[in-house]
Amino acid sequence: MAAPRASKNVIAKYLPVYFVLLGIAAVEVFLAYQHFSTGSLLAILLALAVCGGALAVMYFMHLAEERRSLFLTLIPATIFVLLMMNMFWSDSFRLLRMKPFPH
Amino acid sequence: MSETELAMHGHGAEMAEGSPYAIPSRKLTMWLFIISDAVTFGALLFGYGYLRTASSDWPTPFKFNPSIVNVMIMTVVLITSSLTMLGAVDSAKTGDKGKTNRFLWSTILLGVIFAGLHVREWFGLIDEGVRLFQNPWGSPLFGATFFAITGLHLLHVISGVVALAVISRGFSRGRLTAGHVETTGLYWHFVDLVWMFVVPLIYLLNISR
Repeated sequence: MAAPRASKNVIAKYLPVYFVLLGIAAVEVFLAYQHFSTGSLLAILLALAVCGGALAVMYFMHLAEERRSLFLTLIPATIFVLLMMNMFWSDSFRLLRMKPFPH
Repeated sequence: MSETELAMHGHGAEMAEGSPYAIPSRKLTMWLFIISDAVTFGALLFGYGYLRTASSDWPTPFKFNPSIVNVMIMTVVLITSSLTMLGAVDSAKTGDKGKTNRFLWSTILLGVIFAGLHVREWFGLIDEGVRLFQNPWGSPLFGATFFAITGLHLLHVISGVVALAVISRGFSRGRLTAGHVETTGLYWHFVDLVWMFVVPLIYLLNISR
């Protein structure tokens, strides 16, 4: 009967991560109804989402248990590409204050 | 002789090297797919952010009830499905086919519930007049970004449900291995991961006050 016990244990093992993820989701909803500026709220929510995402990747997807070389190959490259996508923000602010979107 | 043995001992054996990551090529391929998919979702979310910032009249239509309540239930359902998926992978590794199938079908059921709630959310917005390029409140691009991002995520969920059903059938018949279950599990957790970014950026930043 080793197999069922193993499955029971894995659920118990990851329950703390599960509850932390649910907690992060609840905190996000709570904060969304507080009176933050859009920029501050975006930064806070994004930071919480990154924490939740990191937990999911490291524990649910078991990246923490893999060789460090896999982590070092995948994660910095992904973060670099995503950060490089930030280059166009200044243009979006320019559009807000200029024609052809004069709303 | 298996493909692995052929690679290691057959032609060009002297050139074969072990994996630097110590994982099967199937799993590495799934990781690479996940990274490319993450960048795709990243590009969509950045594009959405660009349009939202550049529009002075971006709509904020999501009321606490029904939209945010619906999204909270969807989040609980999807995170719970990740937990059942972990159970499926673990059961598959121990060779317990019955338990693996029960966990897999629990995950499938939760995925179907998530998709149903998602479609209900869509129909609610469509009833309020949201279309791809028009809505009653403001910037006409709201519908395009909302339906594109949540639609791509919904497509991933539906694809995952189909993949899990195929894997469950193959595993119970002995055609597929625990490695296949684990690789599909990686994909399912990724779908969960994307939702963690979609909720705050698409829904919580656009709540109706």
